[in-house]
Amino acid sequence: MEAKRFPFQLIKTNTPPLWMRPLIPVLILLVTFLITAGLILTAQANPFQAYYYFLVSPLSSQVSFLEVLVKSTPLMLTGVAVTFAFATGYYNIGAEGQLYAGAIAAAWLGIVLGGLPSVFAIPLMIIGGFLAGVAWALIPALLKVRLAVDEVVTTLLMNSIMAYIVSAILNGPWRDPTSGWPQSPEIAENAMFFKLIPRSRLHVGFIVGIAAIAILWFVLTQTSFGLKMRAVGLGKPAAQFAGIDVGRTTLIAALISGGIAGIAGVSEVAGIQYHLIGDLSANYGYTGVIIATLGGLNAIGVFVASLFFGLIDTGAQTVSRAMGVPVYLGEVTQAVMLLVALGMYLLQRYRIVRRA
Amino acid sequence: MEVFLVNLIAATFRVSTPIVLAAIGETYSERAGILNLGIEGIMYFGAFVGFLVAEKSGSLWLGLFIAIASGILFGLLMGFFTVTLGVNQHVSGLGITLLLTGLTLFTFRLFYGGRSTPPSIPSFQALNILPDNPILGPILSQYWLTYVTFLVIVPLAWWILYRTNFGLKIRSVGENPEAVDAAGISVPAVRYAALAIGGGLMAAGGAFLSLFQLGAFTHGIISGRGWVAIAIVIFGNWHPIRVMLGGLIFGGTFALQLRLQAMGLQLPIPYETFLALPYIVTIIALVIAGRNASYPAALLKPYRRE
Repeated sequence: MEAKRFPFQLIKTNTPPLWMRPLIPVLILLVTFLITAGLILTAQANPFQAYYYFLVSPLSSQVSFLEVLVKSTPLMLTGVAVTFAFATGYYNIGAEGQLYAGAIAAAWLGIVLGGLPSVFAIPLMIIGGFLAGVAWALIPALLKVRLAVDEVVTTLLMNSIMAYIVSAILNGPWRDPTSGWPQSPEIAENAMFFKLIPRSRLHVGFIVGIAAIAILWFVLTQTSFGLKMRAVGLGKPAAQFAGIDVGRTTLIAALISGGIAGIAGVSEVAGIQYHLIGDLSANYGYTGVIIATLGGLNAIGVFVASLFFGLIDTGAQTVSRAMGVPVYLGEVTQAVMLLVALGMYLLQRYRIVRRA
Repeated sequence: MEVFLVNLIAATFRVSTPIVLAAIGETYSERAGILNLGIEGIMYFGAFVGFLVAEKSGSLWLGLFIAIASGILFGLLMGFFTVTLGVNQHVSGLGITLLLTGLTLFTFRLFYGGRSTPPSIPSFQALNILPDNPILGPILSQYWLTYVTFLVIVPLAWWILYRTNFGLKIRSVGENPEAVDAAGISVPAVRYAALAIGGGLMAAGGAFLSLFQLGAFTHGIISGRGWVAIAIVIFGNWHPIRVMLGGLIFGGTFALQLRLQAMGLQLPIPYETFLALPYIVTIIALVIAGRNASYPAALLKPYRRE
C-alpha cells in the first residue's frame, strides 16, 4: 500500500487560517447549492430562478418573512433540545418521538383546560408538554445511565413506537366522530397560542423558542451545571476523574432535552394545527440534529441555523408552487448542507499540504 | 393450530429476510469500527431505486443490481466522512439517512407525481418446493433471496469474519487499528471495503421489500427496520449467527402480529399494539443482551496516524 501514496495529506493545525473563518459559511452554501442545482436541473427547472424563489422571494414580503419565522419555531425548539443532549455526549435522536409525546399532552390539556383563562391554560400546556417529553425521554435515559444500553438505538426505536401510539390514539378514541378523520378534537379557544402579529400565523411559540435559545445560552455558559455538561460531553472518564457525577449529569441533560422537544409538539398543536394529527412534525426532531450540529452546539449557532432552515422550508414550498420542483428539495438541501458542513469543519482544523 | 404454526414459521422467514440482510451488513461495518446510521436511508433508497429501475426497464434483476450498487456507493460515501475525514459517526450516518430519505421522496415525486395509490410491478415469485406437502410446502415456499440470505449470506459472513485473512483484518481494524497499521495493512482500505459490503447488503434488504414482498414502493416501506437491524447487531453481539437469530426473533414477533391481524380477532386493544410489539421486544432484547455486549473496541473512533 506504500508504493503509490496519495500526493496530498492533511496536517492538523490548531488555529484555522484567519482569512478562512468568515469564508467557511459562504463555502458551505456555495458547495451545497452547486450539488442541489443538479437536482433542480433533473426537475427541468432553471437553478438560478429556483434559488431566487428558494432564498430571496420568502424574504421579499412581510407575509412570507413571518412564515419563515413560523417555520423556524419548531426547529429552534428541537435544535435546542438536541443541543442539550449532544453537548453532554448523550446522543438523543428521539426528539421526534418526544415532540409527539408533548403534542399528545397538548391536545389533551387543550381540551381539559378549556375553562381556564389563557394566562393559565397556555403555561400549563407548556409545562404539561415538557413533562410528557421528559417522561418519553426517561426510558432510554435510564437504560443508558443505569444499564449502559446504547441510547442511539433506543431513542430511534422509541420514535417508531411513538408513531404507532399516535396512530392508535387518532384511529381509536380521538378519531373525529363527525368527519371520521384521524385527528383529535379541536382544542379550546383559550388554549390556543395567541398570534403575535394579527392576520399572520406567527404565534407565541416563537417567543417560547427564543426563550429556549436564551435558556440554552444561560445554562451552557453561565452555570456550573452547563460546565459539568460540557465536561461530560468532552470525555466521560476525565469528567468522572474531576469529581463530576457523570450519570446524574447525563440523566438531567437527557430529560431537559426530551422536555424541550415536547414543547415543540405543544407549539405545533396549540399554535398551528389546533389538533393532534399524524404528520404534525415534518421530521422536526431529526432536523433538530442537523441544526444542533450546524450550530456548533451553541445557542447563537442554533438560533441562526433554525432561522436559515425556516427559510429553506418556506422557500421549498415557494419553489414547489412556482416551478413544480418537488417540495422535498428542502429536505435534501438541509441534509446536503449538513454533510458539506461536516467536511468543511474539518477543513477548519486541517490544512491540505503536498507530501514531501 | 397446525395451519397457524405453519403459516407463522413461513412468514417469520419471509419477514426476517430484509432485517437479517441489513443487520449482517451493519455487522460488517461495525466489526470494522464504523457505526453506520445511514442504514435506514440506504435501505429506503435501495427499495426505491430497485423499484424505479425495475418498473422502467421491466427487469427485476436489473433493479436489484442497481439497488445493491447504490448501497455500495453510499457505504463508500459513509466511509468518506467517517474514515477519510474522521467526523462524528452518529451525525454523518444520520445525515446520509436524511439525505437518502429526501432524495427518494424527491425522485419519487418527479417520476410518479403525487398519486395516492403507489404504482406496482409483478414481483419475484416464491419458489415452489414440495407444493403437495401440507407442512413443509408452505414453509419452503420462500423467495430465492430468502434462501440465499439464510443459506449463503449468513454462513458466508461467519466464514469470512472468522476463517479468512480478510475477516481477521476487518475484526482487527475494529479492535486495534494501530496494530493493523503497524503490520503494514491499510486501515482505511479495510474499513472502506467493510462499509461497501455492508451498504450493498442493506440496500438488498430494502430492495427485498419492494421487488419481492410488495412489488411496489410505499412511503413507509422501511419504517424503522434499519434501526431495528442496528439493535439486532448489538443483541447478536456482532456475531453473524447470533445476529441472524435476533433477526428471526424480530421477524417472529412481526409475523405473529400479521397472523393475528389476518385472523381478524376482535381484541380489546388497538392493532397498533401489535405493530409496536416488535420494536418493544427489540428494546427488551437489547436490555437483556446489552449487559454483556462486547462492543468492538474501536467502534466510533476515527483512526488517524499521528
